[in-house]
Amino acid sequence: MIQVDNNRAWLLVLPVVVVVAFTAIVPLMTVVNYSVQDIFGPETRVFVGVEWFREVIDDDRVREAFGRQFLFSALVLLIEIPLGVAVALILPLRGWRSSLAVVAIALPLLIPFNVVGMIWQVFARPEIGLFGTSVNALGIPFNYTADPLSAWVTIVIMDVWHWTPLVALLAFAGLRAIPPAYYQAARIDGASRLAVFFYIELPKLRNVLTIAILLRFMDSFMIYTEPFVVTGGGPGSSTTFLSINLVKMAVGQFDLGPAAAFSLLYFLVILLFSYIFYTILQQVASK
Amino acid sequence: MSAISQPAKRSEALGEKRRDARRRGLSRWGSRAALCLYIAFVFVPIYWLVRMSFMETTDILGGFSILPRNVTLANYETIFTDPSWYLSYWNSLVFVTLNTLISLAVALPAAYAFSRFRFIGDKHIFFWLFTNRMAPPAVFLLPFFQLYSTFGMIDTHLAVALAHCLFNVPLAVWILEGFMRGVPREIDETAYIDGYSFPRFFVTVFIPLIAPGVGVTAFFCFMFSWIELLIARTLTSVEAKPIVVAMTRTVSASGLDWGLLAAAGVLTIVPGAIVIWFVRNYIAKGFALGRV
Amino acid sequence: MSEIRIEGLRHSYARNPTASDPWALKRVDHVWRDGGAYALLGPSGCGKTTMLNIISGLVRPTEGRIYFGERDVTDVPTERRNIAQVFQFPVLYDTMTMRGNLDFPLRNRGIPKAERRARVEEVAAMLDLSDSLDLRASGLGAPEKQMISLGRGLVRSDVAAILFDEPLTVIDPQVKFTLRRKLKEVHERFKPTLIYVTHDQNEALTFADQVVVMYDGEVVQVGTPEDLYERPAHSFVGYFIGSPGMNFLQVEPSGGSLVFQGGALALDETVAAGLPSKGALKLGIRPSALRIADRGTPGAIDADVVDVETLGAYAIVELAMGPTRIKARVRDGEPIPSGATAVSLPPRQTLLYADERLIGALA
Repeated sequence: MIQVDNNRAWLLVLPVVVVVAFTAIVPLMTVVNYSVQDIFGPETRVFVGVEWFREVIDDDRVREAFGRQFLFSALVLLIEIPLGVAVALILPLRGWRSSLAVVAIALPLLIPFNVVGMIWQVFARPEIGLFGTSVNALGIPFNYTADPLSAWVTIVIMDVWHWTPLVALLAFAGLRAIPPAYYQAARIDGASRLAVFFYIELPKLRNVLTIAILLRFMDSFMIYTEPFVVTGGGPGSSTTFLSINLVKMAVGQFDLGPAAAFSLLYFLVILLFSYIFYTILQQVASK
Repeated sequence: MSAISQPAKRSEALGEKRRDARRRGLSRWGSRAALCLYIAFVFVPIYWLVRMSFMETTDILGGFSILPRNVTLANYETIFTDPSWYLSYWNSLVFVTLNTLISLAVALPAAYAFSRFRFIGDKHIFFWLFTNRMAPPAVFLLPFFQLYSTFGMIDTHLAVALAHCLFNVPLAVWILEGFMRGVPREIDETAYIDGYSFPRFFVTVFIPLIAPGVGVTAFFCFMFSWIELLIARTLTSVEAKPIVVAMTRTVSASGLDWGLLAAAGVLTIVPGAIVIWFVRNYIAKGFALGRV
Repeated sequence: MSEIRIEGLRHSYARNPTASDPWALKRVDHVWRDGGAYALLGPSGCGKTTMLNIISGLVRPTEGRIYFGERDVTDVPTERRNIAQVFQFPVLYDTMTMRGNLDFPLRNRGIPKAERRARVEEVAAMLDLSDSLDLRASGLGAPEKQMISLGRGLVRSDVAAILFDEPLTVIDPQVKFTLRRKLKEVHERFKPTLIYVTHDQNEALTFADQVVVMYDGEVVQVGTPEDLYERPAHSFVGYFIGSPGMNFLQVEPSGGSLVFQGGALALDETVAAGLPSKGALKLGIRPSALRIADRGTPGAIDADVVDVETLGAYAIVELAMGPTRIKARVRDGEPIPSGATAVSLPPRQTLLYADERLIGALA
């Protein structure tokens, strides 16, 4: 569509800017404010420059939390993206079966975060949860309250259960948009099913997969409630991800300065990596 | 010629379905089996929750059974009769609806501007909106608390509704803009030639054309606001306490009342399940931000 | 291979079709001769794309059989049918180069590398695409992309028929001519059977040796462009071909004339006697065949000029005979009538139709 130059269009955008500025910029300024000051009391504050940042970067717990977070996001992306695409490939494209299947698989996306946590908190418990009981019945020791590996497995599976539908629905939308002529031409060319996937479907899913990867990276990096409800960050600190760490610092320990510095670093890391992901995905697309 | 085009259209729609099945190349029964397996994976944990909601906590903790033991409606009864429970649902509903209305109200004109016009800073604002989606809610807990305290808005529905705009407004702008791109400019121009003022055109002509887009956007605003916990918990205490917070604060002397919590949980899934049925045809497109 | 023979073809997209379901193809028996250049012409929804997809194997017909030469291919899948198809919009493998695209069908059939390379280069040269072979397919313009789609059909030495489903839809008008010429060159060189589906009569008439006209799921006429123009076998063909289409008048025999609303045409005795006793009768005459005459000329029917449209080399004059309207085509240089005038219908070019089917001329 041809776009017209019109600076009066600003008036239309003004409400959005005002609302989001109020809701985002003002609080962000507060955070910046706290990150460079040491606040002893309501009246006494001292400018400390980058001291909080240095303290946060040197903090082992913060570094470990970053490490855990990256590992978690990587695992989750590596499982959810292929799985989501696979689910999209087996969803019926049209008809009442399609509508029903779409609604069915979308259900986990509508569940409040704490309820998701609650479901898996019980479901993965050794005596009263179906999952926990079954795994233990197979002879594999499984207890997420005591064993870090079990805790990780539970949380990863919970996230996969919760968010794979998002990837699946995005990929599904992309697949539905492919004109049948491509499949017909592939048949005439004698292409195998694998060739159809790599040369037709995957290229055409480029845009939606970019959105999926970015969204899943961001959201998994910011995750709080679901793992917190299940493990509380434990056992020990084995599942203390970045948001959990931050909330502990800010609300639990009330270390406002370090928490603010941490917040900014946290936000910057997400921005940076989102940008990196986005650039890489665009490069891959144009190769 | 229109007499023949009608049966032809029906004909082609039927033809499309048959082609779809074969074009995938996957055995139909293999795909169906795999899909059923995945849907089972989705539903079994939900079933477990439902099962618990019909049991007493002592039965839940007492032993293991696939089917609910000693089925009881007591949990649901509690929720429907105890004001502190059902009012929490009401609170959630209020601020989620408020948030949806505010988000739509500000996003619609903005999305229109982005789709039709070029203006100073347009690309930057568009991108800036998206960066708000990237901000961890955890970062905003204290600042939000301070900000809304200053305005005396703690524990109000409006506070949560506004706070959720942080991530919902960018999303709304993105989805709406995607749908608006599909409406040709010519329609706008025809309306102006016909003498419509901009507000009248927007409300009576344009919005009906993107009705599915508005529906999908409303659904997503509803969804992301409904499921959020951190911010909702920070900004409320008693008056505006939403159900998600009520659930996290339900600890009694004898520990967590699992049966009651499970029933509450099931009832939080119900509104979403109902709403999604109405937008089922557009939900995939909505997730793709209207860009597919 | 030799011809493509279709016997008793009927198709409905409904699962277990009954008589009341919509049938895309009502009944087709046809032979496509080997090496012929056919246009399959008809309005949207007449079944031409269905027919094409049945020939290529993308759709399995409800009833009927298809033979490629002596071989019954009704149950043979598309991949093994020796056909290629070019679609309405360019269908390419975006991630591959042009060379990759052309190579793909050969690679899937296990042709050895050296032979593949030779074929690809031969076809690329034929289509004037040799220079761009190693460019990314996605970067090309629509005409080149359609040429690649065609090329993928040509690289396979076993291709005996190429099917086109309105392939020039997305091509600019100026370029269409060049592409059609290329198609003709390809036809002369490789001599595949070409079946070209279109709803554009100009395309059909300039491209094909034989035109197959379809309407409402049936083949209503097969013939050269001249046959279709001069002797349309079905009133639809008369209406569809020519710009403007044929004039049709509902008539009824009365006395020794054919009467219509607004006038009557006197008939020769022998002709009047040979009229069918039942069936809806129609007279058809091409606008270019109508003669403008003065009132009072024997055999001329009074008419009033209602509208004149000048189109450069000729003009279309719309006349009213009572409530009946007809159009006449007046060449540049001939006087354009106005007001009250008359038309005469030369018997040899006035065709008679009973229940939409041609039964003969008036002479």
